[in-house]
Amino acid sequence: MTIVSALDRAPSLEDDPVLPRSIDDGAITGLVCAPLMRSAGGLWWIAFLVCSAGTLATLYGVYTLFTRGVGIWGINTSVVWGYAIANYVWWIGIGNAGTLISSLLLLTRQSWRASISRFAEAMTLFAVAIAGLFPIFHLGRPLYFYWLAPYPATIQLWPQWRSALIWDFWAITSYLLFSIIFWYVGVIPDLATLRDRSSGAWQRIYGVFALGWRGSARHWRHYRKLQITLAALATPLVCSVHSIVGLDFAASLMPGWREPIFPPYFVVGAMYSGFAVVVLLAAVISRAFGLQALITARHFEAMAKIILMASIVMGLSYASEWFAAWYGGNPEDRGLVVFEFTGAYARLYFALLFCNVVAPQVLWLPAMRASLPVLIAVSVAVLVGMWLERILIVWNTLSHSFLPPMDRVFFPTFWDWLFLFGPIFFFGWLFLLFCRVAPVVPMYDVRELRRREAVA
Amino acid sequence: MKKTTEPPLIIAEFRNGDDLSAAARDARKQGFDAIDALTPRPVEGFDEILGLDASPIRWPMLIGALVVGAAAYGLEFWSAVYAYPIDSGGRPLNSWPIFLLVPFEVGVLAAAIAGFAALLALCGLPRLNHPLFDCQAVERATDDRYFLLVRAPTPPTDNARLKLLLFGARAVRIEEQP
Repeated sequence: MTIVSALDRAPSLEDDPVLPRSIDDGAITGLVCAPLMRSAGGLWWIAFLVCSAGTLATLYGVYTLFTRGVGIWGINTSVVWGYAIANYVWWIGIGNAGTLISSLLLLTRQSWRASISRFAEAMTLFAVAIAGLFPIFHLGRPLYFYWLAPYPATIQLWPQWRSALIWDFWAITSYLLFSIIFWYVGVIPDLATLRDRSSGAWQRIYGVFALGWRGSARHWRHYRKLQITLAALATPLVCSVHSIVGLDFAASLMPGWREPIFPPYFVVGAMYSGFAVVVLLAAVISRAFGLQALITARHFEAMAKIILMASIVMGLSYASEWFAAWYGGNPEDRGLVVFEFTGAYARLYFALLFCNVVAPQVLWLPAMRASLPVLIAVSVAVLVGMWLERILIVWNTLSHSFLPPMDRVFFPTFWDWLFLFGPIFFFGWLFLLFCRVAPVVPMYDVRELRRREAVA
Repeated sequence: MKKTTEPPLIIAEFRNGDDLSAAARDARKQGFDAIDALTPRPVEGFDEILGLDASPIRWPMLIGALVVGAAAYGLEFWSAVYAYPIDSGGRPLNSWPIFLLVPFEVGVLAAAIAGFAALLALCGLPRLNHPLFDCQAVERATDDRYFLLVRAPTPPTDNARLKLLLFGARAVRIEEQP
C-alpha cells in the first residue's frame, strides 16, 4: 500500500513532456510505419551483408565445434569452462533488460518507456535465444542435451532436480517462451495498423498475424489487463532467471563460486549490460528510422541515470566481495582476491573495474548525459566490462583452486574469439530483419503516452 | 451476428478519444445503445461508459499457473522420491525448498499461455474477416480515428435523432451498416 502510494507521488517525466507537442495520432503512425513501407536503403543492405557473413562464419564455427569437439577452444583440465559460459551469462544478461524495461518500468508508471519497449523486447528475444545455445555448445556431447528434460527413458534415468544446471534449463526455456508470448501480445495492434496500411501479399501476412484485431473497446479491456498482468509476472520471472544463472556460480564449493551475493548481483549486472545495449540500439534506430521525435533526449538521459545507478551497485558488490573474503578469514577466499589483483588476469581485472565502476561516473555530469557520443562510449565500455566480469568469474576461480599444481591459465584460441564475436553478427542479422518487418515502436502505447501528456 | 430484425448499426467517426467518450456518454443518456468503439489506442474510462465489468482474464491465468506448477512439483516429487531416488549428502529425497524453483518458472509460463488463449477466446479472435471491415472508413481505427458503434432501438424514427446527436458531438462522418 505504502509502496504504491509512494510510486504515485514519485516525480515522473510527465511533468516535463517526452514527446513534442505537435505530434498527434496520425503522425505517430506515419513516423513508425514509413520506414517499413519504403524499400531498404543502401546502409541497411551493407549492414545486412556484413551480418550475414558473420552469421555464416558462426555457423562454420558451430559445425567445427560439433565435428571436432570442445577441444578446439582454449579450455584445459583446470579451466574447464571458458568463453562459452561467459558468453552465455553475458547474453542472458543483455536479454534481461528488454523485459525489465517493459515490465518494471510499466509497473512503476515510467511512461517514457513506451517508445523503447518494443525493440528492447525484440533484443530480449534474440539475446535469450542466442544465450540458450551456449550451454548446448559447451557440452562434450551436445547431442545428448535432451537428457536435461524429464521423459520416460528406457534407461530409467530422471533429472537431478537439485542441480543448478537443471534449474537453468527450465528457467531459460520458460523465459524464452514467455518473452515470445509477451512480445507477440504487444505487437498485435501494431500489426493491425500495418495490415490496414499495406497492400498485396504483405497485407495478407500482416493480416494473418494481426489475428483480425480491430481495436474494439471490448477487446482493449481484456488486452490491457493481460498486458499488465504479464508485466507483473515478468518482473519476478526475469529476476528469478538471472538469480538462477547466478546460482550456477554460488552453489559450489570453489573459492569465488560460493558467494551468496551472486543472485542479486547478477540481476543488477544483467540490467546494467542490457541497458547499455538498449542505448546503442536506440541511438542507431532513432537515427536510421528518423524517429528522433519519439526516441528523444529524455530517453537517453533516463537510461544514462539507470546505467549510473547500476554502476554504483556493481561497485558496491565488488567491494562487498573483497570485504567478505577478508572478514571471513578463509585463506582460500583471501587468496582468490589477491590472485584477482595480482595474478595472471590482473590487467583484465583492472580493465573490468575501470569499465564497470570508473567510466560510468562521468554520467554524473548533465552535459555528459546529454552527449550521445559519450553515452555510446560508456555503453560500449560497460559491455566490455560486463563480459570481462563474466569471464573472470570463470577464470579466476578455475585457475586458482585448492591445489597449486593444478593451477593453469586459459589461452583463447581463434575459435574462442569466433564464438565471442560471431553471435554478435547473428544478433545484428536478426535485428535487421526485425526492423524491416515489425514496427520498432509500439504505436498504441505512444498514442497513450501522447494523450497523457496532452492532459497533464 | 447479423439478424434481419436487428436495427442498422450506426458507425460514427471522431477525431479524438475525448469526442468519442463524450458522444458515447450522450448517446447512452438519450437511451441509445452504444455497443462498442473501435480505437487506435485504449481509451481510458470507456469500459464504464459501455457498462462493462472488469475483465475476467486473470482467472484462467491463475488456474493455469497453479495446475501446471502443481504438476511440475508432482513430477519432481515422484521422480526424486519414487522413480529415481538419489541420496545426495543425506538431504531429504523430497527437497521441497529447492523443488519450488521449477514449478515457479513453468507456472509463470503457463499463466502467459493461458492468458493468451483466454484473450483469443474472450475476444473471439482470430477472426480474419468481420462485417465491420466492409466499412472502408473503419481502416483508420488502427491509425488516427475513433469510431463509435451505436444502435437506435426503434429505427427509422430515432435514426435521424441519433445522427443529429452524433454530429452535434463533433462526429466527422456517419455511416450506416444494415
